[in-house]
Formats: sequence, C-alpha cells, structure tokens
Amino acid sequence: KTPRPHYQEGRQDATETSSARATSFVPGIPLYRLHSFPLLPLHLKTLSNSAVATSGFRRQSTVTSARFTLNSDVYKLHEGTTGASLGSGPPLEGEITREEMTGMYSLMAAIRELETKAGDLYLEKIIRGFLHRCNGQEASIVGLESALTPGDELITAYRCHGYTHTRGVSVKEIMAELAGKATGCSKGKGGSMHLYGPHYYGGNGIVGAQVPLGAGIAFTNKYNETGKICVTLYGDGAANQGQVFEAYNMAALWKLPCLFVCENNLYGMGTSSTRSSACPEYYTRGHYIPGIWVDGQNVLAVRTATQWCADYIRAGNGPLVMEQFTYRYYGHSMSDPGKSYRSATEVKGVRETRDPLKKCEELALELNLMTSDEIKAIKKDAAKTAEEAVEFAHSSPHPPPADLYAHIWWSRTK
Amino acid sequence: MYVPHTFIECKYGPELVVTCTFRSSPVAGSNRVFNTPLSEQGIVGFGIGLATQGSTAIAEIQFADYIHPAFDQVVNEAAKYRYRSASHYHCGPLTVRAPYGAVGHGGHYHSQSVEGFYAHVPGIKVVIPRGPSQAKGLLLASIRDQNPVFFFEPKWLYQAAGERHTQLASLCTCMQSLSLSAGSDVTVLGYGSQIQILRQACEMAQSELGVSCELIDLRTILPWDEDTVIQSVCKTGRLVVSHEAPLTAGFGAELAATVQAECFNHLEAPIQRVCGWDTPFPLIFEPFYIPNKVRCFDAIRTVVDY
Repeated sequence: KTPRPHYQEGRQDATETSSARATSFVPGIPLYRLHSFPLLPLHLKTLSNSAVATSGFRRQSTVTSARFTLNSDVYKLHEGTTGASLGSGPPLEGEITREEMTGMYSLMAAIRELETKAGDLYLEKIIRGFLHRCNGQEASIVGLESALTPGDELITAYRCHGYTHTRGVSVKEIMAELAGKATGCSKGKGGSMHLYGPHYYGGNGIVGAQVPLGAGIAFTNKYNETGKICVTLYGDGAANQGQVFEAYNMAALWKLPCLFVCENNLYGMGTSSTRSSACPEYYTRGHYIPGIWVDGQNVLAVRTATQWCADYIRAGNGPLVMEQFTYRYYGHSMSDPGKSYRSATEVKGVRETRDPLKKCEELALELNLMTSDEIKAIKKDAAKTAEEAVEFAHSSPHPPPADLYAHIWWSRTK
Repeated sequence: MYVPHTFIECKYGPELVVTCTFRSSPVAGSNRVFNTPLSEQGIVGFGIGLATQGSTAIAEIQFADYIHPAFDQVVNEAAKYRYRSASHYHCGPLTVRAPYGAVGHGGHYHSQSVEGFYAHVPGIKVVIPRGPSQAKGLLLASIRDQNPVFFFEPKWLYQAAGERHTQLASLCTCMQSLSLSAGSDVTVLGYGSQIQILRQACEMAQSELGVSCELIDLRTILPWDEDTVIQSVCKTGRLVVSHEAPLTAGFGAELAATVQAECFNHLEAPIQRVCGWDTPFPLIFEPFYIPNKVRCFDAIRTVVDY
C-alpha cells in the first residue's frame, strides 16, 4: 500500500459503511492488500518496459513490482500467554510495487532532509526550545506507516517529526510549527513536541505518558467497531515507566487493538539501554503479551512485520509489542552532541553499514524497482521541499499575542 | 563537618542539559552516586525507602515538570510517614532536588513552577534558593533537615557564569527568609529566580519613583517565615508578591491571605500579586507570560499610588 496523506479522509472513517468494515475482517486477504496487487503476474521479475507513469524521471527499464526475500535474522519472536500463538511469525517473502517503493523512499528522504534543515534552523535560533531529531530511524517510521490503513491511529513521543509527516502533515507546516509560527500545524502553540494531525495524537513531551493514552484510543476503536488499530510508540527509556505496564495489562485484559511499538535506538538520552534496563529485550517486556523484534533499519522488514502485526490485532487477538531495533545519529536533542556516551566510531559504523536510506536504495536497485537517476531526483526534490519549508518558516508571522489566552477555558487577564 | 552515615545519591539519568551532578563522585564512589532509569515515581519511592531506614537519600528529578508521576509518593508516603507512625519511622533524610522555572525557551514541559502543589502538603518542606551561593548553603541545610525537603533550583541560573553579591564568608545554612534590602515604603516578596527580576523592579522604583522597597527572599516556601514578612508589612503598609507560577491558587495567594489577616489595620493598599497567567506555560509567548520587571514595577507603582 502506498503511504499517502491521510488528512484527505477527514472524519469519514468513523462512519465507514458496514460493507467496508465487514471486508476488513475477511480472513486471508485484508482489504488494503488488494490495492497493492501488481498488474503483472507475480512471478514476473524480468525487465520490462513498463508503462508506469514516471513524469519527471528518465524512462528506465524497471519492473512494476517485485518479490523480495528477507533474511531470517530480521525478526525474533516472543510467545506470550495471551492472544493467539505467533506461529512462525511474519513472512520472509513479500511483494512490493514500484509505486510503493518509490513512495516509501520519498518519505524517508523527505524526513531526512526535514530533520537536517530543522537542526540548521535551531542553530540560527529560529527554532528554539527542544528539538529531537530522528535521522537514522527513517525506515522504522516509514516502514511502519506504509503498512497501516487510513483511519488507523498513531501516538508517539517527542521524536515525532517523521511520523507527523507520514501521518499527512506537510513539511512546510511542520517546519513552521517548529519555528513557532502561526502557519504551523499547531498554530505555533505546540512546537516540536506537539505536532498533531488526523488520527495522530502527537507528539508528547512527558516520557511514557502517551502509552496509556494509546491504550485508551485503542479501546475507543474496539468499542466503536471501527476495525482500526492504535499504534502506540515509546522509546527504550520510556520502557521502564510504570504506566507502560499499566497500559499493557489493560490492553491484554480487554484485548484492545493496540500495537505497542518500542523504538529502541539503544540510548535513553545519554544512558544506554543496557545501563537503564534490567531486561533490554523490549519486545519481551510485555511478558504475557506476545512480542516481535524487527530490524528497524530495513524498511521492507518493518513494513512486513507491521502488516503481519496489524492483521493479528485486527483478527481480535489483542495487543502485541513490537521492538524496532534502530539507531539515532544525533544526540537526544540539540543540547546533546551525542558524543559523551557513545563513540564516534559506533555512529560512523551505523551510518556506513546500517543506514536506512542506503539500505532502501540498495533494495530498490537490486529489485529493479528504481534507477539511480530516480533516486537522485527524489533526494533533490526532498532537499528542495525542505528548503522551501525553511523559507516558509522564515517568512511566516508569529501567532498574535492574544493567542496566549486562546484554547483554554478561562484565564484571568489582569 | 557533617558526614552522613551513608551518603547515597540516587540520580535520574545523566545530566545532559544541565551538568550539576557527576555520574559518579570520586569521593563518594559509584555505589553512592549513581544513575537510575527513567522512573520518577520509582525514584522518589526508592528514596523514601532509603531514608526511612536512616540513609541520607538525595534524589534528583531532571526537571520539576517531570515530578508529577511521583506526586502520590510525595503526598501519601513522604509527607505522612512520621505523622501516621507517631515518629516510629520517618523519611527525614530524604531530599529531592529538581530544576524549576522558566529558562527562556523551555515551553510547556521545561519551565514549570511546581512549588504551589507541594506547598499544599503538610509534612514536607519546600526550599527554593535564589542563586548559587544560596543554593549551596540551603542544600546542605535541606540535607541535614530531619524532614523530607523538596529543593527546587532555578534552572535559568545554571547558565549564569557568576553571581554578584556572593557571600563567601560563611556558608549560610539558615532556612528562614532574608531581607535583601531595607526599605520603608513597600515590601516586595518573592523567591527563587524571581528575586533577580524583583531586584531590578525595586531599583527602577527607587530611581523613577523615589520609592524605597524592602525586598525579602522567602527562601523556604514551606514552612514560610511569617514573622519577618508580617513585621515588614506592618512597617511599610504595602505588599507586592511575585512568582512565575500561575496566579490562581499560586503560593502568592497563601502569602496575601495570611498578611491581610495579620496586618489588616496596617495595610495602606490592596496586596498586589504579579504572577504567571492562568494558562499552561506557553511556548512562543513566554515573554508575555512571565512576570517581568515592568509588570512588577507597575505593581509597586499601584500600591504606592493607591
């Protein structure tokens, strides 16, 4: 399924027709998968001059879709005691179309550029406050998002710019919000940690606080029989918060359609996961809730795992805990150079051997889904969009002073 | 020099933004100064347990904004231990430190003033220093105090390179309030980082209105030094209170209510409170939100002109 802006759906999802709901529970092939079936027979992996529209790109010999195989080490499973058995887990083979691959890579490139430019704006003091960047985690973000359906809910912590974009908010609006301008997605009142969008509940500053919220959102979806799931993200640092375990218990007891996702980038601020957690295998921390570990730097692995988890949850089996094993290149925030608690060699090593964008490019080229010219064009485009967003942020006005009292029920203005 | 029997400091993660404690002290050793996971409720509860069996526990919460998960531990355990056990047990050796207050760009979750919530809890003490040398003395006094103390440090001052009016002579460990300037016209009352602002407002009042202000730094919020304040207001007849925390039910309300009850016949003007507005601490609107020197000066002028 090609990730696309969800904001166009508006509030329609809450009133889906009963036929759409019924279809989504058909065992076997979920509705969204039908859209991604290729036009060409599945076995066709040979070169073909496909008629796929590639406006702006030079026509190259690529296929419209390809089958891919993943190494068995991209997943690890934890059988819980609630819900159904995991069986053999997500498949190691899958199908991906050219459109889907291009879409995912474009999003990843857009996020990379957005975060890089946001850092520059912070150094210019246009963006102030706190800025937590996700460079290095793009595959985890985009792979997960690409497996969701319109109307699925998502809530995350403060390293949220990537998800804000995949949830449908434009790079321009994000950059303006980071700069505290009135044209930002939260009208300048939220800043980096409080970005919102349709079916996207932020952007949260307090570590772990968003997890019980996610369980509650999942409960509403179950109660209203929307057939949607809530993806509730948190980091390796937050995994030790008591409220996370409270949410686990409620979700398992009531079989809530909640996918708990631990973004393990190995460091909670400056403390490594092995120094903060008695058990750093976060996918097992749900204990009775089954869990799955996935290589977060491989966008196809994350996508396949998320599709599989979503199917499991939608079938009514209750929650799952997914751990995305990923990495962040920058420090915790702009106040943290990220050098005092990890070596430069380590960071360089990940950049060279496990960079999510590089990995995605390799996959796309290997599967003949994209050409290197197209890849270059996408990167250029992403840089241009981010540059325009910077201009937009610069030139937008600040919110009016009266907004200090806006969006709150009462205040004494004396 | 007081050397605690066991000196254990529970530290909440490494300090990245403000480096004020070391990961492991060369003096105390890493089994006495250590980092903890991200679990505020756990950290405070852990500290209460340590303190109850007699160890000196100094727990650190990275920002006061994050202390709220520990609220139950503070209110229901730390504050009530001595009272409910008739002093069989208490967690007096517990001190909890947290940076508080505006820092210029902290937004909703790195700027909060929480002293109002904790001032409302009988059984604990709340101490707020105005500067580095005060912080040193007051922290030592808080550690020695046989009641659980919540020590809120103005995080804004972590970035200050130095301090004027440094008292190097003796380590002031007295927790009572301190008059910073003797005056005859208006009593100006505050604590913590707000003292720097109030000092400037008092100087403005002196130079522009010829008003002599008596500036008092409360230093300890709970219990607060009523005698000094009442004595001062009975002398001047006018009071301006200021704090960054929101106006409604802020600590200034307690100060104003007590002073009007004790000094009613001496008051020449209604008591002025210059505080943060009743909104969450904003992001981009911080300059409009905080009670700056101009607003404080205006309040001084109001009581003088009344």
